[in-house]
Amino acid sequence: MNDRIFRAMLYASGAIIFVLIAGIFLTLFISALPSVKALGHSFLFGTRWNPQSVWEGENITLGAVPFLFGTISTSFLSLLISIPFAFSTALLLGEYMKKGFFFAFLKSSVELLSGIPSVIYGFWGFSVVVPIVRAFEIKTGIPPYGVGIMTASLVLAIMIIPYSASIIREVLHLVPTELKEAAYSLGATRYEVIKNVIFPYARSGISAGLLLALGRALGETMAVTMVIGNLNSLPASLTSLHEIHKTIFSPGNTMSSIIALEFNESSGIHLSALIQMGLLLILVTTIINFIGRIYIKKTDKSGKD
Amino acid sequence: MKVKSINRRKAENIIFKGTVIFLSLLTVIPLILILFFVAKKGISIIDLNFFFSLPKPVGQEGGGISNAIVGTMILIALTCLLSIPLGILCGVFLAENRKSRLSFWVRLWVEVLQGVPSIVMGIIAYVWIVRPLKGLFSAFAGSVALSIMMLPMVIKATEETVKLVPVALKEASMSLGVPYYKTVLRVILPVSTSGILTGILIGVSRIAGETAPLLFTAFGNQFMNYNIFKPVNALPLMIYRYATSPYKDWQNIAWGASLFLILFILGINFIASGIAKKWKVQF
Repeated sequence: MNDRIFRAMLYASGAIIFVLIAGIFLTLFISALPSVKALGHSFLFGTRWNPQSVWEGENITLGAVPFLFGTISTSFLSLLISIPFAFSTALLLGEYMKKGFFFAFLKSSVELLSGIPSVIYGFWGFSVVVPIVRAFEIKTGIPPYGVGIMTASLVLAIMIIPYSASIIREVLHLVPTELKEAAYSLGATRYEVIKNVIFPYARSGISAGLLLALGRALGETMAVTMVIGNLNSLPASLTSLHEIHKTIFSPGNTMSSIIALEFNESSGIHLSALIQMGLLLILVTTIINFIGRIYIKKTDKSGKD
Repeated sequence: MKVKSINRRKAENIIFKGTVIFLSLLTVIPLILILFFVAKKGISIIDLNFFFSLPKPVGQEGGGISNAIVGTMILIALTCLLSIPLGILCGVFLAENRKSRLSFWVRLWVEVLQGVPSIVMGIIAYVWIVRPLKGLFSAFAGSVALSIMMLPMVIKATEETVKLVPVALKEASMSLGVPYYKTVLRVILPVSTSGILTGILIGVSRIAGETAPLLFTAFGNQFMNYNIFKPVNALPLMIYRYATSPYKDWQNIAWGASLFLILFILGINFIASGIAKKWKVQF
């Protein structure tokens, strides 16, 4: 009799996870409904964010485009910056050095790097990276804000390197040893093995790893909030062709940073719009995670047959 | 395929290796810079008083982080209470029913849960707990948000560890007529303790530094608070508020709190890897 209860409890625990997920999506959806109704497509396509307009009535202008732009630009830029570093760290740990002092040093450093809290990255970025970027901007004649999309991307890149490196390393591990040994026995150099055997085999897994890192970057909040400059509009330089290169140095805000900054002071449609932003964020990260996991599973399976 | 000379191939090989090593070393530099910078800024502010006194208003000398330390401990304890029992049950379920359809889906949901951005957890806990209580921020709401984040880590650690327990052990117990629930509780879980404990500690080290889920749940508090249904301060929250304040004194306190938080998290990680190494059950 007790056994039955216990088994029921085990199954129930699995079901609770489902209820939790369903509850999260449902809660966000229901809380976002007022804003979906009031704003319609102007939420997704509007370029102005003016919470004041909620109180003045009539024309509510809450457009999420500046934050979509901020999120997309920071996460892609940071991914781009992090790729060479994540890739070489993974190669070094997975292929070149599998033991020894340097291996242990690099491995524990990367682990430490992933353990540092986001808020401390933000604080450090604010005190160290911002002045460096500002000095660079003064030299190149760009308005010297210091804070901005570029600074946020740099800090984000440092934060996601450990994550993508560890996934890439996992994927590299899935490459069958026989394949590598076959290539070595034909006299291939290590570089040739990496280029012609490991990389083609692990390509889809590696892109999945990068996708997962992108998902991580999309949702990152505190560090970005502290160094991105918190400007609720699109960069002015985006509209003129001559100044478009300045765009990545201009201040902005991301979807998660605007939630962090305004949630506590919001109510009514404004609050609902912020929750809709959260819903959008969780939908995008969930889809990205799904695709990434499926690709990694595929690499895993092809290694087993 | 073009035939390359052996010297060229060797040169390519060396250049590639050099690049990989160089870039990997560059990756370590930010870590050293951050640790060095936080240590340098933090060490000058930390003394015994720093840990045992409350924050002071702007302009007054001194002030400490005692309430934030207590708050973080309360949050961690509550989060463990909420997430560990469910997490272990669910992990055992996944390990014991490897091929069932439900466990396939549960595994997928756990992945989804792990990918949810931390700020969204804050929104969820706000809508679920804070809003029904008429906007009363509380430690409880904060730990609900944190425990949803920690749940996947406990589940995965339990599943991985329980999977490693040999079937023979389970069968031996069952053949002696021990009921299934007792086999799990008295045989399977005790041998898996070290693995599960490591997972829990790593989970704790992750949530101890989380700020975003606490912004609209635990909220922060200038005073000492032991009541879990009132707002509490937490180390990461305090670091965020003080770091973004315009006052030099407060920023210095934030550096001290950062140093303490980093050491705390590294300490937990260190203990976790120690447990994993020393008490690893091998079959």
